Amino acid sequence: MATTDKEVKELIKREYEHGFVTEIESDTFEPGLNEDVIRRLSEIKQEPEFMLEWRLKAYRRWLEMEEPEWAHVDFPKVDYNSISYYSAPKKKEDMPQSLDEVDPELLKTYEKLGIPLHERAKLAGVAVDAVFDSVSVATTFKEPLEKAGVIFCPISEAVQKYPELVKKYLGSVVPAGDNYFAALNSAVFSDGSFVYIPKGVRCPMELSTYFRINAANTGQFERTLIVAEEGSYVSYLEGCTAPMRDENQLHAAVVELVALDDAQIKYSTVQNWYPGDENGKGGIYNFVTKRGACIGKNSKISWTQVETGSAITWKYPSCVLRGENSVGEFYSVALTHNYQQADTGTKMIHLGKNTRSTIISKGISAGRSSNAYRGLVKFGPGAEGARNFTQCDSLLIGDRCGAHTFPYIESKNKSAIVEHEATTSKVSDEQMFLCRQRGIDPEQAVSMIVNGFCKEVFKELPMEFAVEAGKLLEVSLEGSVG
Amino acid sequence: MLSIKNLHASVEGKEILKGINLEIKAGEVHAIMGPNGSGKSTLSQVLAGNEAFEVTEGEVTLNGDNLLELETEERAREGIFLAFQYPVEIPGVSNLQFLRTAVNAMRKHKGEPEMNAAEFMKLAREVSKQVDLDPAFLKRGVNEGFSGGEKKRNEIMQALLLQPKLAILDETDSGLDIDALKVVSDGVNALRSADRAILMVTHYQRLLNHIVPDHVHVLAGGKIIKSGGRELALELEERGYGWLGIKDEVAAQ
Ligand SMILES: Nc1ncnc2c1ncn2[C@@H]1O[C@H](COP(=O)(O)OP(=O)(O)OP(=O)(O)O)[C@@H](O)[C@H]1O
Ligand SMILES: [Mg+2]
Repeated sequence: MATTDKEVKELIKREYEHGFVTEIESDTFEPGLNEDVIRRLSEIKQEPEFMLEWRLKAYRRWLEMEEPEWAHVDFPKVDYNSISYYSAPKKKEDMPQSLDEVDPELLKTYEKLGIPLHERAKLAGVAVDAVFDSVSVATTFKEPLEKAGVIFCPISEAVQKYPELVKKYLGSVVPAGDNYFAALNSAVFSDGSFVYIPKGVRCPMELSTYFRINAANTGQFERTLIVAEEGSYVSYLEGCTAPMRDENQLHAAVVELVALDDAQIKYSTVQNWYPGDENGKGGIYNFVTKRGACIGKNSKISWTQVETGSAITWKYPSCVLRGENSVGEFYSVALTHNYQQADTGTKMIHLGKNTRSTIISKGISAGRSSNAYRGLVKFGPGAEGARNFTQCDSLLIGDRCGAHTFPYIESKNKSAIVEHEATTSKVSDEQMFLCRQRGIDPEQAVSMIVNGFCKEVFKELPMEFAVEAGKLLEVSLEGSVG
Repeated sequence: MLSIKNLHASVEGKEILKGINLEIKAGEVHAIMGPNGSGKSTLSQVLAGNEAFEVTEGEVTLNGDNLLELETEERAREGIFLAFQYPVEIPGVSNLQFLRTAVNAMRKHKGEPEMNAAEFMKLAREVSKQVDLDPAFLKRGVNEGFSGGEKKRNEIMQALLLQPKLAILDETDSGLDIDALKVVSDGVNALRSADRAILMVTHYQRLLNHIVPDHVHVLAGGKIIKSGGRELALELEERGYGWLGIKDEVAAQ
């Protein structure tokens, strides 16, 4: 004990490095939510009528719903009328038509975040859609993607350009009335990404959306829809940051994935929203609904997430395994520190024959944080020969944090098999002593041990981001021992 | 090189070391023997800076500098190396990554450039062969699932990589088969040099056939009660600890 307690006090506390605010003129709605706000939003986005109707219907559903209270988290009630539902950088004229027209302040912001958007410094092999507050400000590599027949654009653009696809798939996986936050998102979603991979196409590069909340008192409600046609493949990465602010900010996203026969979608998230300060002040409330539907036979959806940010995270990326032999995977690292609270996990809904799912969850708790895994594995009557493997490991750093595991299993098919393994361990004084005896800094030792603990998940991340994720853990862990 | 004067240390309020005096010069090999529970590992851990032990009295200097005021990692960088009696596992962290991090921490301290993964791999492969460990062990988690003997060889490999000034080997010979004992002894002998000192804790004089010590000490009840040359070990083997009149004293505690 002596060792670790001492280290806590000594280790430096580095601040959240993405905490700066961009000084940019914005058009921001007055706080508050009513049907007029939704109409205005829809009008600004020049949406077709069907979209407005869809939003209003969702809004009416939302009004009738109750905010959920069952998650293992604790927070003051959100006042939905004190939030602004739209904020966009003021544009010189209309939407920027090319990157040259994007406000240099914005390009600088992304550069500072390590996401260069301009031609010369673009991330090799990764196409990026940059979403700033409520709008998409730039998308890179448009041409090579178009050549391959891949559609990768802001969802606001897709609503106008590909209304048939949007109409067909939007809400098909996460219906507007699915839950409180999904309903809110459906009513007011501002932007996000749309991806469509045609039949038989292997997307030639990683696709990535980078979300940035900048404006104060603004909610970010982005919506992502990815459709992979028969035999196609796509790997998609999402990254997020926000400035440091004393007030809490709301982020309620919806992500829907649709995989047809033999299609594969790999969805990776490195979530680093501002987590609040070391006293628990400020930070993002991250209430997200992510769900993938393996509609087609032999299809596969993998969720990989590294969650280090947000004051509160409430998130269960799920797979509905409808197609025969379809596969769902969930690989997760969730790290909480200081007063952060996370309630995350997954749902694997086995409906089709011989469907398989794998869940690997690594929870790391430090400081006074609380980290809960909540998972549901469900087998429908038709899930003959279905299998699930679940492994939940918790690592505690210090003795004031908590880890909880809530695995739920529901089976309506006797032939289905579930295997569940769970462990809880601590970064031990002996391990720390061994590392330090070999000349390694205590901080580096902790991050090395934690990285080792997360290895199975990191190896699922696209190469470029695995390193990033390791570094992120290192920064997030600073001042954590104890 | 290392000077220990009247060292007292306790753990959880219980005094274990009760006034140790020991002088070790560069180039020397010292062996410490003594009954179970007499404080040999405690002495090793205290020298390496394990904060679970509290030094209550006395002083320790390394080349004239006060060792006791340095943090564990600082002592390591000054050249103190401890081969553990019971090496701990670090699951998921590859031996290679662990060793490279350690080697680079030392290099950084000395103002030398860090070694990249490829350079280090080459070095580590050579050294692993020196202790007869398959390079495949470099890829495995630190001590994860290693057999007792493999763990010990792994410790010696680390000593060879880190090239310490003072290597403290806590029962590195126990649990080794005859061939492994030879390999480990060869490793330790390879460490021997005019500017390096070795302090080894052992129960068996057979190790001392391979690594011939300059001095042998008997630690009992937290004190060094007898010191001598190589021949003391032989005598101990023959006669046990009884003739030194310590068995009862230790048992009484
Ligand atoms: N962390 C600890 N907590 C309580 N007692 C301890 C602790 N570490 C050591 N001791 C006690 O200190 C005494 C000396 O232990 P130490 O490990 O130094 O003996 P040793 O000489 O190395 O014995 P062996 O030959 O069996 O390895 C023992 O009585 C042991 O139980
Ligand atoms: Mg011992």
